[in-house]
Formats: sequence, C-alpha cells, structure tokens
Amino acid sequence: MADISDHPRETFRISMLLYDARYRSLTIQVVAAMLIMLFLAQLVDNTVTNLAVLGKDISFTFLWSTAGYDINQQTIPFTSQDTHARAALVGILNTLLVAVLGCILATVIGVFAGVLRLSKNWLVARVMTFYVECMRNTPLLIWILIVFAVMTEATPQPRDFREGGTAAMIFGDSVAVTNRGVFIPNPIWADGSGIVVAILILSIIGIFVLRYVARKRQEDTGQQLPVLRLSLAMLIVPVTLAFFALGRPITLDYPVLGGFNFEGGLQVRNSFIALWLALSLYTSAFIAEIVRSGILAVSKGQTEAAFALGIQPNRTMQLIILPQALRVIIPPLISQFLNLTKNSSLALAVGYMDARSTLGGITVNQTGRELEGILLLGIFYLITSLIISSAMNFYNSGVKLKER
Amino acid sequence: MTSTSKVAFVRATMLPEQAPPPGVAGPVKWLRENLFSGWFNSLMTVLAIYIVWSVLSGMLPWAFNGIWDAGSLNECREIRDARGLESAACWAVVNERWLQMLFGFYPTDNPVLARLFYAEELAAAGGAEVVFGGGFNATQQVEFISAMKDDVSNAAIFVFGYWRPLAALALLVVAVAPVLYSNLPRSLLIFSLVYPFIAFFLLWGGSVWLPVLVALGLLATIMAGRYASAFVGSLGGLIVSLAVFAIIFMNPLGAIGIDGLFPLLPQLRGALDGAMPWGLPYTASENFGGFMLAIIIGTSGIVLSLPLGIALALGRQSSMPLIKWVCVSFIEVIRGVPLIVWLFTASTLLNYFLPPGTTFDLLLRVIIMVTLFASAYLAEVVRGGLAALPKGQYEAADSLGLDYWKSMRLIILPQALKISIPGIVNTFIGLFKDTTLVVFIGLRDPLGLTNAIRATSEWNGIYWELYIFVGGLFFMFCFFMSRYSMYLERRLRTDHR
Repeated sequence: MADISDHPRETFRISMLLYDARYRSLTIQVVAAMLIMLFLAQLVDNTVTNLAVLGKDISFTFLWSTAGYDINQQTIPFTSQDTHARAALVGILNTLLVAVLGCILATVIGVFAGVLRLSKNWLVARVMTFYVECMRNTPLLIWILIVFAVMTEATPQPRDFREGGTAAMIFGDSVAVTNRGVFIPNPIWADGSGIVVAILILSIIGIFVLRYVARKRQEDTGQQLPVLRLSLAMLIVPVTLAFFALGRPITLDYPVLGGFNFEGGLQVRNSFIALWLALSLYTSAFIAEIVRSGILAVSKGQTEAAFALGIQPNRTMQLIILPQALRVIIPPLISQFLNLTKNSSLALAVGYMDARSTLGGITVNQTGRELEGILLLGIFYLITSLIISSAMNFYNSGVKLKER
Repeated sequence: MTSTSKVAFVRATMLPEQAPPPGVAGPVKWLRENLFSGWFNSLMTVLAIYIVWSVLSGMLPWAFNGIWDAGSLNECREIRDARGLESAACWAVVNERWLQMLFGFYPTDNPVLARLFYAEELAAAGGAEVVFGGGFNATQQVEFISAMKDDVSNAAIFVFGYWRPLAALALLVVAVAPVLYSNLPRSLLIFSLVYPFIAFFLLWGGSVWLPVLVALGLLATIMAGRYASAFVGSLGGLIVSLAVFAIIFMNPLGAIGIDGLFPLLPQLRGALDGAMPWGLPYTASENFGGFMLAIIIGTSGIVLSLPLGIALALGRQSSMPLIKWVCVSFIEVIRGVPLIVWLFTASTLLNYFLPPGTTFDLLLRVIIMVTLFASAYLAEVVRGGLAALPKGQYEAADSLGLDYWKSMRLIILPQALKISIPGIVNTFIGLFKDTTLVVFIGLRDPLGLTNAIRATSEWNGIYWELYIFVGGLFFMFCFFMSRYSMYLERRLRTDHR
C-alpha cells in the first residue's frame, strides 16, 4: 500500500494572485475597488472644481425660501407664499395621485382586455389584439398628447352649456366635460362625516375578520358561511344607517354654469385627465399581456384534474387556477405599476404639476440649484420604486415554489 | 349461428358519404362556433360589431375623404365645405411636412439637387461653382435654394437631397441582416462591424480619414493584443493592447509635460487630409432631427446596451461581493429613476461631473444615457434567463472543466439568452419608443417637430393627422421588432412539442 499523504503544501507565490483561482478573485476585486475609488474621487473632484468655478456651493436651504409660483393642481393647500419644500410636497402628492389612480384604472382595463383576448369569440379576441398592439407599439408620449388634444380641442366650451347650447351635462346634470376641464360634484364634509368614514373603515376591517373566521370555521367543521352576502351587508348597512342617523353630514356640491365658466364642484384639469387616461390605457395593454400569459401559464391538466375531483367550475377558478396564475401575474404586474409611476414624469408634456415639474422644474429654474433639485427628485423616485419593489420581493418570497 | 338466418337484409356495400347537414359545416359552422356559441357570446359579438362599426364609420370616411393638396388648415376646411363633406382629414399637412418629420432640419444636398432637377436655372445663375462655390452670398444662396425647393417635388428631394441618411439606413439594413437571419453568409458580419464607421461618415460627414483612422486604430489595438498574447501571455497581451490604444487615441506623455508627440491619430489625420482632402460636408448634431434621430438613438442604444446589459447581469450573479454590489446598485439606481430625469441629468448636470472645460455633443450624451438606462433593464431580463436555467447546467459546465468564461459562452449564455428573447426585444421596443422623450431636452424628435408644426399659423389646430403619421411610423418599427422576436423564438425552439 502506497502512502496516501497530503499534497505537499505549496508556498504562496506572487504569481498565484493571477493564476490561482483561490486568490484571483481577490486580485480582481482589489483592482476594481481601486478603479471605482479613482472614478468616484475624480467625479467629486470635478464637481467641486466646477462648482467653485461657477461660484456655487451645495446647500439645501433654498427649500425653505418662498416659492413664489402657483400650482394649479393642489391636493393640499398651497399659495405662492409657501416654501419650495411645500411646493415639492404638492408635486410629490400629485405624482402619487396620478400614479395610484392610474394603477387602479390600468389594472381594471388590463384585466378586462387580457381576459377578452383569450375569449373564444373570434371577433372580440381580434378587437382586443388590435387594441393591445396599437397601445404597445406606439410611444406613450403620443397617447398623452392625443388625449390632451382631444380634451382641449374636441370638447365643448363652457358657454356651449347655456340654454339652447350644443352641449349638455351628463350623469343627471352632475358632470360637465368642457375644454377647461371636467367639472364633477365636490363632496362637502360637514360635522359628523368623520364618524361615517370611521364606520366605513371599521366595517371593511370587519369584513376581513369575517373572511378569516369563515375560513377557519370551514377548515375546522366543514360548514360554509355565506361570506359574500354577509360582507356586502356589513359594507352597506352600518354606513347607511350612520349616514342618515347623523343627518346626512356628507353632501355634494354640484357644478353650476356661472358667467363664463362653471362654478362650484370640483374642477379636474385636462392635464390631469390626459395624463391619467393615457397612462392607464398605455399600461393596461402591458397588463393585458401579463394577465393573458398568466392564465395561459396554468396548464390545462390542472383544470382537468380539478374537474376530475368533482370541483365546480367557479371553485376551480378560485381555488386552482387563480392562485397559480397570480403567482405568474403579480411580479410583472407590480413592475408595470412601477413603470407607470415613473412614466408619470411625462406630465411635463401637458403641464401637469408633478414632482418633476415643481421640484425638478420651476424650483430648479428659479433657484438655479439644479444639482440639489435633481438629486432630491432622483431620491424621491428611487425611494418610491424601492418601496414598491421590496413589496414585490416580499410577496414573491411568500408564493415562491419551494424547490431544492 | 342462429340469428344470421333470420336477418332479412345485410348491406354489403358502403353508402357514399353524405354532405353534413347545413349548420355544422362551412362558414355557418365557423360562425356558430366562433361568434354565436351561446347567448353571452352572441351578445359580445353584437357589442363588438357595434363598437367596430361606430369607430370605422367615423374613421374611414374621414381618412379616405382626406384632402391632400392644401396650403393651410383653413384652406383644407374650405375645400371640405366646398365638397360638402361632413368631416375630412387634412393630409395636406403630412404631404407638405413629411420630409421635415423624417429628417428634422438635416440639410439637403443642394448641389446634387440643383444639378439633377434645376440644371437650367443653375446654368442661368452661373453654374454650381458660382452658386455653391462662393460666388453667391448667403442671402442669394438661400433664395436660390428655396426657389429650387418650391420647384422640385418632395419625392425627388427625399431621394436625392437626403441621399446620405437614406444610404446610411439602407446600409443599416444590410449590416443588420446577417445578425438577424442566420441563413445569410457569415462573411457579411465583417460589414456589420465596419458599418458604424460608414454610418458616422455618411451622417456627420467631414473628413473621411477620421472614421477610417479610428477603425484602423481599434483594429491595431486588437491585433497587437492578440499577437502579443501569443508570446507574453494574456495579461501581457492586454497591457500591450492598452499601450497601443493609448498612443493612438490618448496622450500618455501628457502627465510629464511632453505634448505634440501623441496621440498619433490627429497627426496622421492632418497628414492624410493634406495629401488627399476627401470627405463630405460636415453636419453638426444640432441639425439632426425627426424620425432619423429616433432611429439613430434607438439603434445605437440597442447595439451598445446588449453587451453592457449581459455584463451587468453576469456581474450581478458574480461570487465576488464587490463586483456584485457595484452591479446591483448600478442597476437599481438606474431603474429606480425615470428616463426623463436621467436625460435632464445628461443635459444639465453632466457638465458638473466632467473635467472643467470639457464639453461634448448633446446627442452623444443622450445616446450614452439611453444606453445605460436600457442596459440596466436588459440586465434584469438576462438575470431572469440565467436564474431560469436549471442548476444542473452550471454543474455540468463545471464538471466538464470549463473555466468561467468558456462555460458562460458555450453553455449558459446561449440557453439563458434564448429564454430571455421576448424580454430583450420588449426592452428594445421600449428603448425605441423612449427616444421620443429627447424632445424634453431640446432635441428635435418627431413629436417635437409636430408641436413646432402645430405652432405655425397655417397648421394651428391640427393634431390627428400628425399624430397618426408619427404613431404609424413608430408602430411599423416596433411591430416588426415584436414579430421578429416571435420568429426567433420559433426558430430557436429545440424542445419537441
């Protein structure tokens, strides 16, 4: 028997830094680290030199000085006497407003279009394919401009709404679509309306509790509760009772035609409508494709297996198909929401005052602080998208197939 | 055998096949199955027919009754009223301005146009030497050219006035074809490599020696590295090629104060320009515009972002923590911020980050930004492909003893890229569509030009026609790309279903 001994231990040689896989990665990383440091140092050095040449410094005190400009679309009160910081906040809220509303509408249209594209009806499937291809293959900016042009140039002027005019209000004289914007009823919150809203929120929480209880009960005893009917009742009855018991605290202020324009109500600007509709329509085409591929991704055997077990079609959809399809659908859906949020910066094209137009636009132009302004703007978008994508990662880790 | 005798009749021959009853064959069957299979389906069909009809009945008469020959929107409306039409598209604006929307303010090759289509007037004015060679002052020249353009048809100006961008586009098709379709001869790929230099020369013009020398310099860098690595190993080869690159394109001795000797390129160029002053008139990037700009930015972004995106994806999967960390932060930061903000950074902030006194072309900055942006998205798509490969493929490559680059090149990337084709093409389509955003930093993209046209007094108030034209052009390109990706998926499919 020959002795099996360890290979004689090699002593470290300089060339091993390059030719030995154990040390090479260290060498590469050290070199890369040096290059990155050098690059960053050069960047900072250049910036400092350039700022010194221009006689500027980096400071964020401009945020607390008076903005001096008006914002026509406000979610919180703002006047030109307020600070740049508040202007930025108004812009950020406007971005979030259009993003949230856009995500909701885009999901609704997208799911609708995606399901219809799979329809067995030849004509409906073709129409939806045409819609999706049209939306996906043309730039979003064109859609924004088209919707804006339609809203401003193809809609009637307020004076056409006079007696004998060519235009009329819709939805029982409550909504007026004009070239100066869409006028909708404005809710007025009187005393006691807080209680009504609180009751609504409580009943929504109650519905979730009910669903939990019902599921638990079914798992334990096999008995089913009429969840849908109970939740509808919980949603409607307490709020309605409270609304009338408190003497109708929430009323609607309807828009009325005044001298040259509508008065009262809530004026939704065309810029907002154009951005919102265009973003939703455009994103909905992508969502439609995601929904379609998600449904197709569930193999037919799953449906057949469920039927073989004697599960009813709607329960099959609910218990077998949807959970599997959603695993495929949700991650790309959320990244579409992210895209929509970022695309809302195209608000610039129609003059909607979002974060880019206030913080990264007028404020930067007025104060000359483009470095700080764009940095803050970038950080805002970055934080928003990191929050959304970490929510997605959280969801993903929950539904991921557990493999080796 | 008891019952056979009782059978009265047994048919011995087959009856001829009968036609199926009406309603279960032919178009009626198709209609029944596809459009009217139940009350809900029928309702949907009726609804869809109503929607299609109401859209088409508005659109088609409008489009086909369109007026092609008018000087302004008012003139269009007069013609429409004179014809007694309810609505009519005013295609005249497209007819008049399509060249502008395609090329922006890219200059036409006026001497060529004058010689071909305006020869008599050119001779009357004293010949090309006088008009374009210095005999005319600027005003006279402008008057002569505008008179000529009124006289020459748009189609002629398109073909002969813009022959440089058109040639660049035609050669682009030739250069891209061998990459897209693998049944073309592989030797055409050499042309694909040379193409960027040809396109640069055709589009920007200037001395022919600049692109030639840059191409030769890059070739020399690569060849020197290859040749040297045979003798002194791969690291030595890398150092040699870096040294060759440095003496051709940079001034390595500048740090110790010796100027004038290096870089070699401008010196060679000066000598060649003196001996053989060949070239085309120079066109600055500011004049580029229209759909041409979208194609230039889109193509360069696509070509440059693919290798960068793959590198980032590999970096993100790397086992080296530093490399991984750098790639992840690059990808997340780029993806987290909208392209518009990056474009503003490129146009306003980049001057802060560059060494004092450097300026470079806005178009180039935009191309770099768009490339970086698309590469971050591509990296995520490719990462998905890499993650989708079964672990066994990586282990198999390792067990064959392949090193990292070989295993990536031969085993992992071909499969991973195949899986990610749809995502890659979608990113490219997105990049191409996003080229419209350059309008916000002052480049003249097609949409910016439509705004300019709508701002003129003649065409104020027109929008559908222009947007349909621009949207249709984008649709054509993007639709081709998406169909190509489907073709590629089909062709590369190796599993048998």
